[in-house]
Amino acid sequence: MKPLPKKITISITINETPHSIIIEPTMRLIDLLREKLFLTGTKEGCGKGECGACTILVNGKTVLSCLMLAIQADKAKITTIEGLSQNKKTDPIQEAFIQEGASQCGFCIPGMIVSSKALLHENSNPSIEEIKYGLGGNLCRCTGYSKIFKAVQCASKTKNENI
Amino acid sequence: MTNTFPESSLSIVGKSVKRLDAPDKVKGTAKYIDDLSFTGMLYGAVVRSPHPHAEILEIKIEKALKVKGITGIYTAKDIPGKNIIPLIHQDQPLLAEKTINHIGEGIAVIAGESLLAAKSALEAVKIKYKPLAPTLTMEEAWEKQDILTHWTIVNGDVEKIFQEPGTIMIEDTYYTPYQEHAYLETNGMIAVLDGLGGIIVYGSLQCPFYVQNAVAAVLGIPLNKVRIIQATTGGGFGGKEDSPSLPAAMAALMAWKSGRPVKLIFEREEDMAVMSKRHPARIDYKSAVYPDGRLAAVEINYCLNGGAYATLSPVVLWRGAVHAAGPYKVPNVKINAYVLKTNTIPCGAFRGFGEPQVAFASESQMDRLAEKLCMDPLEFRLKNILRKGEQTITGQKVETSMGFEEVIEKVTARADWHNNQPENCTRKRGIGIALTYYGVGLGARGKHLNPAGANVVIAPDGSVTLAVGTTELGQGMFTVLAQIASETLNCPIDLIRVIEPDTSRVPDSGPTVASRTTLMSGNAVKNACLEIKARMEKALSNENINKLQFQEAAAECIKKSVHLAAHGWAVPPWTTFDEVTGQGDTYITYTWSATIAETEVDMETGEVKVIKIVSGHDIGKVINPQMGEGQIEGGVMQGVGYALTEEHIVNNGKILNNQFSTYLIPVAPDTPEIISVIVENAFHWGPYGAKGLGEAPLIGVAPAITNSIANAVGIRLNEIPATPERIRHKLQEKAKQ
Repeated sequence: MKPLPKKITISITINETPHSIIIEPTMRLIDLLREKLFLTGTKEGCGKGECGACTILVNGKTVLSCLMLAIQADKAKITTIEGLSQNKKTDPIQEAFIQEGASQCGFCIPGMIVSSKALLHENSNPSIEEIKYGLGGNLCRCTGYSKIFKAVQCASKTKNENI
Repeated sequence: MTNTFPESSLSIVGKSVKRLDAPDKVKGTAKYIDDLSFTGMLYGAVVRSPHPHAEILEIKIEKALKVKGITGIYTAKDIPGKNIIPLIHQDQPLLAEKTINHIGEGIAVIAGESLLAAKSALEAVKIKYKPLAPTLTMEEAWEKQDILTHWTIVNGDVEKIFQEPGTIMIEDTYYTPYQEHAYLETNGMIAVLDGLGGIIVYGSLQCPFYVQNAVAAVLGIPLNKVRIIQATTGGGFGGKEDSPSLPAAMAALMAWKSGRPVKLIFEREEDMAVMSKRHPARIDYKSAVYPDGRLAAVEINYCLNGGAYATLSPVVLWRGAVHAAGPYKVPNVKINAYVLKTNTIPCGAFRGFGEPQVAFASESQMDRLAEKLCMDPLEFRLKNILRKGEQTITGQKVETSMGFEEVIEKVTARADWHNNQPENCTRKRGIGIALTYYGVGLGARGKHLNPAGANVVIAPDGSVTLAVGTTELGQGMFTVLAQIASETLNCPIDLIRVIEPDTSRVPDSGPTVASRTTLMSGNAVKNACLEIKARMEKALSNENINKLQFQEAAAECIKKSVHLAAHGWAVPPWTTFDEVTGQGDTYITYTWSATIAETEVDMETGEVKVIKIVSGHDIGKVINPQMGEGQIEGGVMQGVGYALTEEHIVNNGKILNNQFSTYLIPVAPDTPEIISVIVENAFHWGPYGAKGLGEAPLIGVAPAITNSIANAVGIRLNEIPATPERIRHKLQEKAKQ
């Protein structure tokens, strides 16, 4: 078996911007985003894929970025929380979270919003139960979840949707 | 009679204004401590004890120093100041020197060029221990009389009542577990030398001035050379009240010695294993009641497992002891409360602060007494609740801001208490109630920490800056204070900004604890604003000031050399409490609460599904109703976790479940319907009548749930969490009878 190279170049599109980056093969995707690209919106709550705070979209699907290696994202299209409010516009989901008072300490919120985006993309009119299960992988300790569900319902009513 | 401010006279207080910090949080641009970086920054890691109790014979760091990327390793002997985290008892060292007193206690700190380097060197530090016999349980500590604190509250003659024929008695022992704060953001600090002989520490924290005190003590430098700055903080709940002083002083020590900035972030497993938690408790409770339903006497032995060091335990215990008999008239009480010292993790503050443990016991007792008397649990409680002008168990007359009856009325109406009957099949439904109260603020024991300062400054362009020493943790402080300032100054809220607490720029407003921030910082802000407003009104005629926009008025005043800055200082009314007799006024006011839970119990699996929780509180005045609901909903879910799934399993002083996959906090699908009820019975000393809300919603949830389980399937739990295993066990026991 060939030894791992010390450095490797990957091509990755993040929030619609293409990047060619040299990384160590052991680098986690979350560290690529936070440390190399300074996209600190994605948070690390546990480092073990148990809390959902690091949720991002990889090719439109939710992924726990603390459990993915950056090299696994070679050639992929990534969306982070920063991608939802590019060019000063905010996503209807973000607006809804503000409107419904769904954010308290805010640490779970980027992951929660990204998961909500994926949920609404798959199911544009989810019931409360579907929202609850759709967000089952995102822990929140402050809000008790109720206003987060309201925010997602509110966002689903808004016609605007972009991915 | 409800005592409120007339609605029409308020323009923004009482409105659900959108949170000031929400846009940055939903965009991901808010900066938490791990989002910050400094040039030349090193990364820290902590070498921790694997033994609960041991002598340290030798520490060898030579091998570890040779690990690639390591710049320094420091132990107790490197501490320039005092090796003590100053708090109440002054007994906790920053780094253990000769003796280890709990698993996970810090012994050395490692600084390296990368996080990987620092972590890699952990195993290379060689420590020789001589294990000593640890005290691991409260029972063992009791045998040895290893008591950190003892409070007594005595009134009347309980022995005489217990001897009286005709009184009905219930006696049992209750157990509550460790509860983990499980804030989504772990503890973290960055220490940076300021180049002028001082140090700056940025961090995730609730009480910047506590941290300032600790860093100054450890480095042996004056307070005015220590600057603490709070980063956006991802949750606290009491877990970041005193314990951040440990990572802060560790980071500060490394920065001081190395001359470079140092970032120290605790990993989740580390944070869960070693940082403070809710005290486990054992409560021996004996209640006597007259046949007509009046409470006659209670005797309570309330024991908290304090862990290795006192930290905040003495005050946690005091609050618990003072509230131990519940919000009722009890003419005869004998309460002995103890913090026991064991070789386990030091426990501290957690939302409720000593009340949730004893409320589980007292509200279970009330339900059982009702059952024995064949009375409805609500009717029995109503016969005994404190009413206006009556006395608490410490002899305090509760005369003002008592919306208790209104809260109970509204909550029972929303829960449809009288018509709610369980259905019968393998899944049985039940309904349960708990009545609780919460003394707002630090109380008689915390008098010296209670005053709050605020600075309000209006700039020439009319923009307003508020500076307070309490912190935004997600509970909504920034927005509440901005609303209070906006209302008082009659100024658009968009002009107002609350700066992040920086000890060099904000006054000490006391700690962000005890549900005191709206009350204390709110009053300080209001006082400062009133002063400025008076000056503005004097400078401009009344007629003029009403015609001008706020910015124009400010500009006019600046032209007239009016000083548009003020310092507000709020000192609450004095409380009298005699620690020897255990009698006197304990808190300046109380938040009165009622919680009703509807649950469904699966008779086969023992699983409990929470269907609905109605949670009501008299908080005097809600400044922002949407945020008030947010506090209720969040507190209720923490209570649901406490009731059903959360506990730490400990073996030989070691916590075995220190991950989210093994320590189970409620997830989205667990959420019941939560109905929040806010009652406003104005507190004359509160800003616009407000009291406090942060903690009250959690306290009554566990007993309301276990009471509903009793209603559903006829079993009484004397231990929480009410896991499926415990419920099945009780169901099997009952089936055998």
